Amino acid sequence: GAIGQRCAVRALHYQDAAPCIGTPQDVNSPEYQEKYARMQALVEELRGHVSTILKGGGEKARERQTSRGKMLPRDRINNLLDPQSPFLEFSQLAGHNLYGDDYVPAGGLITGIGRVSGVECVIVANDPTVKGGTYYPVTVKKHLRAQEIAQQNRLPCIYLVDSGGANLPRQDQVFPDRDHFGRIFYNQANMSSQNIPQVAVVLGSCTAGGAYSPAMADESIIVRKQGTIFLGGPPLVKAATGEEVSAEDLGGADLHCSESGVTDHYAQDEVHALHLARRVIKNLNYVKDPGVSIEKPVEPLYPADEIYGIVGDNLMKTFDVREVIARIVDGSVFDEFKTMYGETLVTGFARLWGYPVGIVGNNGVLFSESALKGTHFIELCCQRNIPLIFLQNITGFMVGREAESGGIAKNGAKMVTAVACAKVPKMTVLIGGSYGAGNYGMCGRSYSPNFLYMWPNSRISVMGGEQAANVMAQISREQRAREGKEWTEEMEKKIKAPIIAKYEAEGSPYYASARLWDDGVIDPRDTRTVLGLSLSAALNRPPTSTKFGVFRM
Amino acid sequence: SSAVAYKPIDKVLIANRGEIACRVMRTAQRLGIQSVAVYSDADRHSMHVAMADEAYNIGPPAASESYLRQDKILEVARRSGAQAIHPGYGFLSENVEFAERCEQEGIVFVGPPASAIRDMGIKSTSKHIMSAAGVPIIQGYHGEEQSVEKLREEAARIGYPIMIKAVRGGGGKGMRIAMTEADFEEQLQSAKTEAMKAFGDEVMLLEKFVENPRHVEVQVFGDRHGNHVYLFERDCSVQRRHQKVIEEAPAPGLTEEVRRSIGEAAVRAAKAVDYVGAGTVEFIMDKNLDFYFMEMNTRLQVEHPVTEMITGTDLVEWQLKVAAGEKIPLQQEEITVQGHAFEARIYAEDPDNGFMPGAGPLLHLSTPAPDADLRIETGVRQGDEVSVHYDPMIAKLVVWSDDRQSALKRTLAALKDYHVVGLSTNIQFLMALSSHPAFQAGDVDTEFIPRYQEELFPPRSLSASALSHAAIAMTVAHRARTSDDMLLSKDCYSPFGLNFGVRVNAAPSFVLRLKDGDTEHKLSLTEGSAGTWQIGINDESPLMVSDISVSEVADGKLTVKCCVDGVVSSSTILLMGDSIHLFTVDGKHSLEIPIPEYQKAATGTGSIDDPVAPMPGVVEKVVAEPGAAVQKGDPLVVMIAMKMEYVIRASRDGIVEKVYYKPGDTVSKGTVLVHLQEE
Repeated sequence: GAIGQRCAVRALHYQDAAPCIGTPQDVNSPEYQEKYARMQALVEELRGHVSTILKGGGEKARERQTSRGKMLPRDRINNLLDPQSPFLEFSQLAGHNLYGDDYVPAGGLITGIGRVSGVECVIVANDPTVKGGTYYPVTVKKHLRAQEIAQQNRLPCIYLVDSGGANLPRQDQVFPDRDHFGRIFYNQANMSSQNIPQVAVVLGSCTAGGAYSPAMADESIIVRKQGTIFLGGPPLVKAATGEEVSAEDLGGADLHCSESGVTDHYAQDEVHALHLARRVIKNLNYVKDPGVSIEKPVEPLYPADEIYGIVGDNLMKTFDVREVIARIVDGSVFDEFKTMYGETLVTGFARLWGYPVGIVGNNGVLFSESALKGTHFIELCCQRNIPLIFLQNITGFMVGREAESGGIAKNGAKMVTAVACAKVPKMTVLIGGSYGAGNYGMCGRSYSPNFLYMWPNSRISVMGGEQAANVMAQISREQRAREGKEWTEEMEKKIKAPIIAKYEAEGSPYYASARLWDDGVIDPRDTRTVLGLSLSAALNRPPTSTKFGVFRM
Repeated sequence: SSAVAYKPIDKVLIANRGEIACRVMRTAQRLGIQSVAVYSDADRHSMHVAMADEAYNIGPPAASESYLRQDKILEVARRSGAQAIHPGYGFLSENVEFAERCEQEGIVFVGPPASAIRDMGIKSTSKHIMSAAGVPIIQGYHGEEQSVEKLREEAARIGYPIMIKAVRGGGGKGMRIAMTEADFEEQLQSAKTEAMKAFGDEVMLLEKFVENPRHVEVQVFGDRHGNHVYLFERDCSVQRRHQKVIEEAPAPGLTEEVRRSIGEAAVRAAKAVDYVGAGTVEFIMDKNLDFYFMEMNTRLQVEHPVTEMITGTDLVEWQLKVAAGEKIPLQQEEITVQGHAFEARIYAEDPDNGFMPGAGPLLHLSTPAPDADLRIETGVRQGDEVSVHYDPMIAKLVVWSDDRQSALKRTLAALKDYHVVGLSTNIQFLMALSSHPAFQAGDVDTEFIPRYQEELFPPRSLSASALSHAAIAMTVAHRARTSDDMLLSKDCYSPFGLNFGVRVNAAPSFVLRLKDGDTEHKLSLTEGSAGTWQIGINDESPLMVSDISVSEVADGKLTVKCCVDGVVSSSTILLMGDSIHLFTVDGKHSLEIPIPEYQKAATGTGSIDDPVAPMPGVVEKVVAEPGAAVQKGDPLVVMIAMKMEYVIRASRDGIVEKVYYKPGDTVSKGTVLVHLQEE
């Protein structure tokens, strides 16, 4: 029974009995069942989209790839990873409905973290079945985001290169700006300088700029009669100098391994190349020291899928974030901090897969007290090197005369400062709404959390669609009033409807994820696993001490 | 008979090795007799050396330089103070000179007098003696008178069917069988013509032809006091290449009358040569249960345990007592048959490859638990090597029960629990044999194996459930190893080492590849909730696997039990490096994790078509010379293995680039012997 389960968390002293949170759910209640069914429908929709995306660029393209004896990119990753290693894949929905009729599943690039020779590595794999592996703007963004993850968390990078280079028709969106194609190599150079290993495996063509990927790697591997590297391909060479040369002679494995020295390891085939990459990682002498106390992981006391029935899909319906925490953390043990103060923000300590975490979760709009409590708690975590998890379900900070006079602006600023400066690993999950400055205080994308995920029921926008429409209608009404014109119900509707529709569409997690505002939309049931893997990855970076900015008092 | 001196034996030298040496020592130990072992260099660490009270090295591995060296063995007997030498079987057990030398040295030879060995060692002499003693022998005509009339007359006297055989014949040439008098003349002419062509001589002899004979032998015992008894018969009909595979006692289908009559005939045979000690009189028996003397083996036979099991005796104890001058412990009427016993000989050999003898390490060896009714006579343990220098027998599995049916059932069950990894064995074949309906019916004769060839070598395929068991065992073992490895790191519970196969927004899944001989299986595993799996084999619709329980029965050996598509089954699985050995209800299957192409290229010094040793053995002669051009089929190397010669030939035309071994080198199975230049 529940009592026995609670005793599973061993106490060293009888007074150490673990403070478990969460309550058993009335799983037969109509409300629970309706919420459950709705969330389940959202998850199934998500899985449906993802299952299509996992197939890459369609049957024909796959067939073309395999018929040439080449592996599909996901098979490459599976062969690169340690057997049965998990693969924490990022942004599967990148590029989703982003380019009209151009179907660019997963943005044409597969990124994620998996174990290679026991080392957690960031893997970046071109998908040659998607537009020949060319770089769309979102592809560039996804590549850079993977590198950012590697850099922030000190994870070795393995690039499985098989790409046609930049997407030429969209060159203005992939080439010139700071965060465009060139940044890939800038990152490689800088990561290398920070002792973050850069390994490239050339499984296809690396033309022009693409040639720098293996050339700038610490170690590179190339497959015979398959991988090629050159600044200018045979057609360009012919046009420029009249020289006629085959791709293999111009930049094949034999040339680069024995003459040019551009690549270091000669692979007989793809399996061999991936094996060599595993050996390269094996020889990195890479040590992970999590630098935090570790306990044996314990499953939560309650089934994870109960989150469906607790949260549902209607953001108007509130729930106690503690019930969610109870279904994520080890043994559902949660040592809450300042329980009775600033109750709209829940803060406390827990373990996730044995690692210590500080959790910040919303239970309503943020008041001054909530913000001060959050700030205090973040300071504690930074002091103690405890990673932070933000569970966002926030409409914003309190507004109104009373709130303003209480200094909500400066108190909110304190929390934003704390979040911005905190150097412990930060992970954010959007479990409901993410609106306005609440997004900032709760470590939205701009606050560089190490990882940020969304649930399929979540919403993100500067404010709610209804509120935005009301604001816009209000402004129009006042303007017309100044001009002495009349204002009808009809006109109000006409102004509000498109705004509501626009916010509805743009607030969707699909819209967000397609543009890489997050690192992926995940099944709420998988939150514990995804956060655990993310945290494990984040702990590859040795602890960094935090220096906060000025807290306005 | 009071003249026989009693000479107590308190120390015995066993001039043998392997299971028989261990067998003799066990009885010696029980009787309080010290045992002295001798061993060759190859046997330094073997079981019989470990079991003995004292052990002496007698030279290099080759038997001719160790176990057959009479001088060395007698020297050990003198040094150790052993009063007796037990020769076991094989080696010096039927060597007249050795028996004589023992006598001269005043050492008791645990066996018959030299004269009996000599008399029984010469076929014509032994038949003559037996005939005179009233033991039925195969009738024949060996006369000079060769007229057709005379021959026909003699044939009629002997009785049909008749074998007509050229005196100078061999290899079946000039040999015919006449089933009735009607076809005698035609067969005679045919034999003569063929003999004339082949040998330039047409002198014929006639012999009674026994169709589909059974091999039935009688255990006899004699003492120095003139007593002789028989301990009933054994049926050893089921043979391959004249080697016994499975023996039983008593012989099935004999009437009490025949049983007594064949036993008494055997005793007459023993008396005729004043036999002392344990001996075996071999007969062939026809369909009418008529039997004819073939030969007498003047030693303890390999298959003696089945006799012990049905008579409740210890024949080694009897041997030692009789050798000391005591009387046979039991009178004839005190010896009775109780129940039924089988002996299955487990060999290191490859039945699927013409019973090619094998050798190599016993990487894993586990046997059914022995008890009063189940004996495992062996001279090897896990980790030992079955040497190329000696007999490749691994063990004898001896099973007794109340009746033939139940004894056979238990034998089959015991064979299933006999797990050997490291070399090929005939266990699977023994299982096929002992479950064959004809064998179960006791319908045995010497043609049994050739007759049922196809049924005894059924095409074997691995069931989907067994493949699933293998996949589960590999998965579980891999996970356990990953978790163990992780405990050594500073990040001992990393979720990256625990969430096996996890993928974002998709079920955990991975692919395993396993090779069953030349067939590669692709297994796609997808983990469901609550410990269930879907296992797709070679892109067929997936099997639903649930209720999995895995227990480790020994180091790296797991028993997997689970429900596959509604049917619960189990296998015991041994994981060894890249090999997976399954012991299932239908026997052993060995799977390999396929070696990637690049590794093949990296490890092989030779190319695929370079000639390799077909079995473990010793290089006898190297014909190939580096630089020489050879044609497909040319001999390259001659090997000796298990006393047989093997010629290794070129698989294609080419130039010899390298010869890797020289005469005298020991090579293991699959070793590349010669490298031909790349084409």
